[in-house]
Amino acid sequence: MKLHAFLGAAAVAVTLLGSTALTNAAQVPEGTTLAAEQVFKYRVLDNINAIDPQIVEDVDTSSVVRSLFEGLYNSGADGNPVPAVAESHTVNADNTVYTFKIRDAAKWSNGDPVTAGDFVYAWQRAVDPATASNYAYFVGLVGVVNADAIVAGEKPVTDLGVKAIDDKTLEVTLSFSSPWFIRTLSHATLFPAPKAVIEAKGIDWTKPENIVGNGAYTLVENTPGERVVAKRNPNYWDNEHTVIEEVQWLTINDENQGLTRWRAGEVDQTDVPAGQYPALEAELPNETYSVPQFCTYYFDVNMTEKQTNEALKDQRVREALNLAIDRDVIVNGVLQGGQTPAYSFAHPLTAGYIMPNIPASTMTQADRDAKAVELMTAAGYGKDKPLSINYIYNTSEAHKKIATVVGQMWAEKLGVTLVLADMEFQTLLDTRHEKNYEMARDAWCGDYNEASTFLSLLDSKSDQNNSGYANADVDTFLAEAKTSQDPNVQYAKIEEQTAKDVPIMPVYFYAKVFMQSANVKGWPFNDVEQNWYAKDLYKVAE
Amino acid sequence: MIQFILRRLAVAIPTLLVLIVISFILMKVAPGNPFAGERTVPQAVLDNILARYGLDKPEWQQLVEYVYNVVFRLDFGPSFQYRDRTVNEIIGQGFPVTFTYGAWAFVFATLIGVSLGIVAAVRQNSWLDYLAVGFTVGAQVIPNFVIAPILVLVFTLWLRWLPGGGWNGGHWSNVIMPVIALSTSYLANIARITRSSMLEVLSSNYIRTARAKGLPSYQVIFGHALRPALLPVVSYLGPVFVGMVTGSVVIDLYFSTGGIGQAFVNSALNRDYSTILGITILLGALTITANLVVDILYAWIDPKIQL
Repeated sequence: MKLHAFLGAAAVAVTLLGSTALTNAAQVPEGTTLAAEQVFKYRVLDNINAIDPQIVEDVDTSSVVRSLFEGLYNSGADGNPVPAVAESHTVNADNTVYTFKIRDAAKWSNGDPVTAGDFVYAWQRAVDPATASNYAYFVGLVGVVNADAIVAGEKPVTDLGVKAIDDKTLEVTLSFSSPWFIRTLSHATLFPAPKAVIEAKGIDWTKPENIVGNGAYTLVENTPGERVVAKRNPNYWDNEHTVIEEVQWLTINDENQGLTRWRAGEVDQTDVPAGQYPALEAELPNETYSVPQFCTYYFDVNMTEKQTNEALKDQRVREALNLAIDRDVIVNGVLQGGQTPAYSFAHPLTAGYIMPNIPASTMTQADRDAKAVELMTAAGYGKDKPLSINYIYNTSEAHKKIATVVGQMWAEKLGVTLVLADMEFQTLLDTRHEKNYEMARDAWCGDYNEASTFLSLLDSKSDQNNSGYANADVDTFLAEAKTSQDPNVQYAKIEEQTAKDVPIMPVYFYAKVFMQSANVKGWPFNDVEQNWYAKDLYKVAE
Repeated sequence: MIQFILRRLAVAIPTLLVLIVISFILMKVAPGNPFAGERTVPQAVLDNILARYGLDKPEWQQLVEYVYNVVFRLDFGPSFQYRDRTVNEIIGQGFPVTFTYGAWAFVFATLIGVSLGIVAAVRQNSWLDYLAVGFTVGAQVIPNFVIAPILVLVFTLWLRWLPGGGWNGGHWSNVIMPVIALSTSYLANIARITRSSMLEVLSSNYIRTARAKGLPSYQVIFGHALRPALLPVVSYLGPVFVGMVTGSVVIDLYFSTGGIGQAFVNSALNRDYSTILGITILLGALTITANLVVDILYAWIDPKIQL
């Protein structure tokens, strides 16, 4: 099918003040005949982990957590925030103090009201060293006062910049001015947590017999490697607008098996196996989807002293390599799933972000190649003096194909030999983090819908800065962007500087390619983060 | 006999300890750690996590504490990957599933395999023999990762008779395809071993004597030939049994049974130290037990063997 236009998400961020914005729910047009059975079955890999808002870190488990719990704001069909547990909020003039009004109707699945204290407890729990959450850093990343110091064990959790003014009023203090704070609230780490249950049951609190949530669904079954089942929660504040009665996350590890079972009607949604998009799109145009996904695929160049390949320390070599990658071939010839070429880092559909025009992006490939040869020759390399580069990636057909194709491009155009080494994912993470490589595969998916979720990786102090890139100007721009009236000014400078220095070579922006049964409606195609909520879906009669 | 069992068990304990120590060292030597992800966590966060799981202690101390907990409390510790589960829970949930389809596959493969082998041997060079040999060769060379998707294609997509995956608490419709996919190649091996061993026994002198004295055919086969012919089959069945009940990654992968095979591979890829060790110990203990049972069966089948 179609590549959905993303006008909604690309629009400039709208500041949400008060309860003027619509809440989200299944928007069933009048006259629709609903299917008798409202069960949504979604295929996942065998990766459903702890269903604990403050612990969860992967996309699939997050989709379960979003059904069982709800934060202050959800992300709407177009990716913009819509009020959830918070009915409205106010913010001070410099965007550092946010005050949320909690909905009176918001209840836990056991009938208790959701209070401001539940958020205070949950956020403190997220940063508490005793919780040892992998996502503890997220609270500091979005700016909540003292979060980092608490994670490091330097301050008590009670110093966190969040407090309950009363049961229905929550006040959050940020360490920097953040107009986009509201956008981070649909992330599971900032969901509320039921203190009484967690304290009584310990790690068993997420078991179906114990769990108490405040989302539209309650957990019925969680069998690792097989399925997770959730049923409609009658205590949910907007339960009257929920249509889907039951959600099932079915583990199907093999993509082709997933497709067979989708064809047999056993699942409503499954990923398209690599390389099969064009054929499926031709066969089933109404059920095959490719939508942009909030991730960028790129190569790291090791910029640190540990890197021993002298040639890669030469900016001209890096730029030449970058120019010689024919992204159109990778996107249209190798991936064939609606991915788009990337010449800069942040995803073009990030809310409020205006992608700057990187010079290379407007050139033809022939011009790029000519310039690449020129630069390479100037640096003293070429077919008569071939360069050899080691490249590491984690074992996967797709990564291997891309590496092989790029290696071929470099060999033909620049006489470069790309030596490939594949390794297990955990080994790649370790090697990349230790900076024991020359070039490495990398990718990043945004955590929240604002460009800093990508660009902050280029900060020399960032833990995620795998290339070890350190440019004082970029660091300064990043700091300035936080308080800037129009951060796009700084973001453009960052992208331009990075494109010049080439510590990373962006290759493509992801697409999520999936099959969805024709009777499923309400999917958030226009949310670049693809944050789906089962409560917004419905099935029509066929 | 009792003495033999006790002696074997006495050897089993140090064997398991050596297994634990070697697995522990291999695991620690492998690069990566269970808490690494695409997002590198800040050092302060990582320190908190390591402290929570006792991974900040010296390695020898971790090993000693681990062995102590396993031996004296039968506690395999918390999973590092699944933060809301213990290894005991992972094994407790996955092993019964695997054991169920594994045991059925074992029974199926043994019964059909042995019967097929006997028929083929007794009717050597008849069409029955050719059919059996042809089938077993086919079953042997088609791996289960080919059989599994074909089964799903036929029975789920085309005929719509059976669900293409899931376990459903062990409902028969979910068990059939895993059992077939898992047992086919074992069945073929068992049939071939039975056939060749049976042929050898049938051509031996005492069988000729039995036939010469006019015993009916069924008595010759079941009364005299079968027991000695089964010896090589039994020695093959020991490891097969362990292999089947401890799960197959392929079966778990294609049929999403939630069995332990997938958990084992995942834990290795994710560096989930405690789960790898827990399942390794389980597999080790089962292998040792199965070998013991095979030895006892040997003595029962062949009185010449002294334990």
